[in-house]
Amino acid sequence: MAEYKAVAISEFFEKNKHLLGFDSPTKALITILKEAVDNSLDACEEADILPHIIVKIKNTEKDIFQLSVEDNGPGIEEKYVKDVFGKLLFGSKFKSLGEAGMQSRGQQGIGISASILYSQLTTGEPASIESKVKNKIHYSCKLHIDTSENVPVLEDEKKLETVKDHGTKITMKLKGLYRKTKGPYDYLKYTAIANPHAQLIFVNPEGKKIIFKRVTDKLPKKPKKVAPHPHGVELGTLMKMMARTNSKTVQSFLMNDFSKVGSIGAKDICKLSKLDPHTRPNAVTRDKSSDLMEAMQQVKLQRPPTDCLSPIGEDNIIKGLNKEYNADFVAACTRPVAVYNSIPFQVEVGLVYSKELPSDKQITLIRFANKVPLFYQQSECGIYKAVAKTQWKRYGLSQPGGSLPVGPMVILVDVESVWVPFISEGKQAIASYDEIIKEVKLGLLDIGRKLGSYLSAEQRKYAKERRMKIFDRYSEEVAQSISNLTGKNKEYIMTLIKKEVVKRNE
Amino acid sequence: MNKMVSKEKTELIIKKLRERYGDDVLKDLEKGNELSLDIVIRTLSNVLFDEKEQLITLGNKTQKRNFFSIDQARKFMQTLIVADACQDLVKSGKTTSIRSLYYNTKHTIGDSKENTFEDQIESDPIIEDIEVSIGALREELHLRANSKGVMIGNLTIEDSGDEIDLRKMGSGGWAIPSIVEADIIKFKKCDAKFILFIEKDTVWGRFNEDKFWKKHNCMIIHGGGQPPRGVRRLLRRMHDELKLPIYVLVDNDPWGFYIYSVVKQGSINLAYESVRMAVPGAKFIGLSSFDQDKYNLPKEVTIKLNEGDKKRIKEILNYKWFHKKSWRDELNHMVKKGVKLELEALSVKDISFITDTYLPEKIAKKEWLE
Repeated sequence: MAEYKAVAISEFFEKNKHLLGFDSPTKALITILKEAVDNSLDACEEADILPHIIVKIKNTEKDIFQLSVEDNGPGIEEKYVKDVFGKLLFGSKFKSLGEAGMQSRGQQGIGISASILYSQLTTGEPASIESKVKNKIHYSCKLHIDTSENVPVLEDEKKLETVKDHGTKITMKLKGLYRKTKGPYDYLKYTAIANPHAQLIFVNPEGKKIIFKRVTDKLPKKPKKVAPHPHGVELGTLMKMMARTNSKTVQSFLMNDFSKVGSIGAKDICKLSKLDPHTRPNAVTRDKSSDLMEAMQQVKLQRPPTDCLSPIGEDNIIKGLNKEYNADFVAACTRPVAVYNSIPFQVEVGLVYSKELPSDKQITLIRFANKVPLFYQQSECGIYKAVAKTQWKRYGLSQPGGSLPVGPMVILVDVESVWVPFISEGKQAIASYDEIIKEVKLGLLDIGRKLGSYLSAEQRKYAKERRMKIFDRYSEEVAQSISNLTGKNKEYIMTLIKKEVVKRNE
Repeated sequence: MNKMVSKEKTELIIKKLRERYGDDVLKDLEKGNELSLDIVIRTLSNVLFDEKEQLITLGNKTQKRNFFSIDQARKFMQTLIVADACQDLVKSGKTTSIRSLYYNTKHTIGDSKENTFEDQIESDPIIEDIEVSIGALREELHLRANSKGVMIGNLTIEDSGDEIDLRKMGSGGWAIPSIVEADIIKFKKCDAKFILFIEKDTVWGRFNEDKFWKKHNCMIIHGGGQPPRGVRRLLRRMHDELKLPIYVLVDNDPWGFYIYSVVKQGSINLAYESVRMAVPGAKFIGLSSFDQDKYNLPKEVTIKLNEGDKKRIKEILNYKWFHKKSWRDELNHMVKKGVKLELEALSVKDISFITDTYLPEKIAKKEWLE
């Protein structure tokens, strides 16, 4: 990171806009919204608080929007405000594969500081921050980033009179574009589906308040921090780890800094790479590091730990989908933890069938990575490919060659992992690893079967209705004929027939 | 016309219709039973061949037509509608054609887009179901089929009170009505010695123009292909009452041969009417499969058997009433030669070869099948 400091940060920013998610005004607004909401959700969950988040978007001028996100999280102490909001491209967000990690939403973002910088660069305005930690003062300040020094600067610090117990609010003014579909509303709606434990309130630019209700009081299981597994490590990461470690020998480094490596495993790795187990880690040369890495891939070890993930859960997916759609049928499936390139991951799928959705259009696919909606690059995403490759016809849906099925349906797919493999820095599409596609397909197969039996039951119901209609129609004629032939009252005969028809079609 | 069936008979028909399609159905309904009618099956599976009488007769197999079964409900409804309409018709004393009965009973059901009948093909078999079920003749239900078929010859008849000399019917002949029972058609002076039944009207025209009936003192009749009920019934009456032998002249193909079988033994669909309409004494006079060689007919006047013909021959050979060796020889020879012959093919010799030479020779030499 040090070398970036030398470059004017605004210049770096301008050059890398597309990587950071600011390549269009529409995307910029969503990116910033996402950063702020992800931070709030992560903060609440870490502190075991049920999230209550208020999002307001105001159109202050032609293409200028004011966005504020307020949460009931633990709050940020005054002394840490600069670190949390001002450190650009730094901190846990840019951890790479192989380093100790934890499943979190934040890993998919560029950080809130980049959002503040974007706002500042497009409108010249600093961000406003208000925060309250329990039993501490409620303060507010304005924060901007000194782009020549790449350091955050606080201004206008104030103490607020408040009744608030704890929480944080950030307000930014930025250049953007508000889209009604595939915009902030959909983003929040999808977020609400994957986070049914959160209460989201959205005030849109027209001043309309929309509430995405909390439907469960259970917080998701907290993900565990896990040390990396030797099978997935890359050379650069390994060298960085060896330079930073507190372990004194390579053997203890392998045992302490990686998961599932015991003394036998560590000795085997050293033996295979012809490295003395007592070598100091920071003394291993580049060539030797390469040998070490290769040995790490070859030695037989236990599989990576699988308890490090925090799935939404089938019940919560069903609750989340049910609350946001007027569903006729909902199904969900949480797959067991699986592994790609030694990295544990877990797939969850959900499905809503609703007669209120268009039945002649392709289904809506909503993709998530660690519960964060993915909005762009759908057709390049492994999730999309898995859905398109699934044979939906056998479940009673039509499917134009090799694409999404057609029907009044929404399909949700979430891939959870400490390290989600995105195809690019834009982090909007998941790479098509065979293992990931396979897991998604297995999940879809499960909900597809459930859908199939629902649809065939529907069909039976429909057939029954149709049958009853036919009988009703013919009954009139039959009653009239019997009445003519016998001279008996038609209404009397009609009542008898109706009774029998109902009795026989129960 | 309304005098054709006695008052007693009329009352009986009305009673049967009311009981079977009204009272019985209502009784089942009140008891909560199945709402079903027993329909006598009128297909090959329920057709017998009475060896002694040489007639195709109908068996006793029935099937249920159940209103509460979705795939039978429509037919059940149609049956009651037709029964109701027949009762009305009989009560009114009028007669009508089966086509006008179809229109009479056709209407849209409720506010749907469905009609009680979409086509006459739907109502005709139901009329036959009812005839069989209540043991009534079509004319007893006051129904007429479309008439086709023409007759001419040495006979005087009375038709609905009008005396008609069938010797003076010009080139067109007398159109045979659908109902030819004794109260409508009465036979008066008869000089004819036999009846020639011809498959086609065009060939019949040849026989009429050549005054064949005058020269050979006979009746000539055609049925316009497969003969309708009226023609078949009339043949039977003339055979029984006037003691006239009947010769059948048809194309040499499976369809022609089958017309002979129908005239003689009855048909599958109207097996229940064989007793009244079939003429077991009818003789097959031509065209025979052996005629091509016998009369040295050139190859070019023959027509190759098509797939439909071959299939039909196979089918016919399987019928119980096609076990006579002479008949099988005809069909087998047809297959062997692979060709068929139209009656008109004889014109290759001379336009009047058929009337001047062919027929007189056949009759004189008694070259026919029975």
